[in-house]
Amino acid sequence: MKHNRMRAHFAGILVLLFAGVGQVTFAQESHIGGLTGEASRGKKLYRRYCVGCHGPLGDGRGENAPWIDPKPRDFVTGTFKCRSTPTGALPTDEDLYKSVTRGFVNSNMPSWLPLTRQQRADLVAYVKTFSSSFREEKPPSPLSMPSESAANQQSIQSGNELYQKMNCWSCHGKEGRGDGPSAQTLVDNRGYPIPPYDFSVGTRFKCGESNQDLYRILMTGLDGTPMPSFANGLTPAQAWDVVHYIRTLQMNVKRKKQTAENEKKDGGESKPVGAQPE
Amino acid sequence: MRTRINYLQIGVTAALVLLTAHGAGTRTLRAIGTSSEAREDTSGAATLSGIVKLEGSQPVATRINMAADPACLKMHSAPVMSEEVATGTNGALKDAIVYISDGLGNRTFDPPTEPVVFEQKGCTYNPHILGMRARQTLKVANSDPTTHNIHPAPQNNREWNLSQPPGSSPIEESFAREEIIPVKCNVHPWMKGYIAVFKHPYFAITSKDGTFDLRNVPPGEYTIETWHEKYGVLTQKVTLETNQTRTLEFVFKR
Repeated sequence: MKHNRMRAHFAGILVLLFAGVGQVTFAQESHIGGLTGEASRGKKLYRRYCVGCHGPLGDGRGENAPWIDPKPRDFVTGTFKCRSTPTGALPTDEDLYKSVTRGFVNSNMPSWLPLTRQQRADLVAYVKTFSSSFREEKPPSPLSMPSESAANQQSIQSGNELYQKMNCWSCHGKEGRGDGPSAQTLVDNRGYPIPPYDFSVGTRFKCGESNQDLYRILMTGLDGTPMPSFANGLTPAQAWDVVHYIRTLQMNVKRKKQTAENEKKDGGESKPVGAQPE
Repeated sequence: MRTRINYLQIGVTAALVLLTAHGAGTRTLRAIGTSSEAREDTSGAATLSGIVKLEGSQPVATRINMAADPACLKMHSAPVMSEEVATGTNGALKDAIVYISDGLGNRTFDPPTEPVVFEQKGCTYNPHILGMRARQTLKVANSDPTTHNIHPAPQNNREWNLSQPPGSSPIEESFAREEIIPVKCNVHPWMKGYIAVFKHPYFAITSKDGTFDLRNVPPGEYTIETWHEKYGVLTQKVTLETNQTRTLEFVFKR
């Protein structure tokens, strides 16, 4: 009987705790596929791996920040470049997870593939706690992406015309060398100069390297940078045409064939940082 | 057994109470700006008018070079001047924003249902400075034969950036919170404008003669600010009595 009562006490306290803490922790979780990230665990990882650049307050003012260009992301504003959601909206947990996994080419942000999936999910949960936006708003559903059209001559020609009409050349240049008339004037949302992408160099795009990633960049824009969303100006079919044309500007790029194996590798896990080879 | 049931009941009730409180909280937040206690109450309201001036030698407007986009260049036969500082006779300063910055207390105001329009015309913004209310609909129109991107850079609202090709329908947006937001077009770097968002109707943007009018202001003690994109902010305190008409002068110094 006594035992029973104790169990009852315990169950009751648990329910009370859950009710009280439930809504507080709600914003401190991340959901990526079947994974649930916890901010409390993410905080420890953040202190170990991220704090040097992004800072203890998540404002991008870590001790390394003065020597870094482009500057580390300020998580407090809740503005993120790589999203599947419309411009002005918050990214999904999945978007943040992909950014942590992928890293940012031409920046000091490495790929965090060496961390486990669970660790990366925990980090996403913690990063979201820096901005009140994640408590006040929910990210809308990702932009829909119809399947890719055939990359034939007609599509490339149409893409070329759109590249002119949509003034892509103003920044990226007539030949995609990042030398358009407005290129020198561009700054990011913190006032730092930011160069437009030079297609002829052929490095990976900031938010992924597949045609789907490129389509997404066009339609969502890179918030916090001068790159706008073209969701208003381009139909999905036109956006695919622009993607196909842009690929012809990447003269020096040797593209990996996108295979199921590569996909798997991107989302996979490798050994933890500092682990000794077995 | 009974104890357990009681605890469960308490727990579930607590959960419900908290959830309801949470819901109610959200609703209260939304309700700001939808009640209109002060709106109808214009009896005994005061009027605040005046002028904004610029003292010192009058600045010379700089010429804008639109050569980067031939479509823009072709639209103008006369030189286009920067609108950053525009003055009228006797140092009257155009495009200063005069507004109540403090003193309205807890009054809340409905945003007007009609939208405001910010137009891209001749590769400049029309108007150069747009005043609007929080949660009011903003329509961004492109009347030019070239593609613009409309890129507000807020501190207190969400930043967005949309491309708008010629002939497309207006973009509809709104801003939730008060602030003066710089707007630019990254394609045409000379294009600069401002959208001033207020949660109350007591603001005015000076015209070429530098004058402003704030009407139907409830009596009270207020802090009035005047903002100019180049010369910053001036502040004055003013007490308005019932039915009073007061005149203020703001003078920026170069």
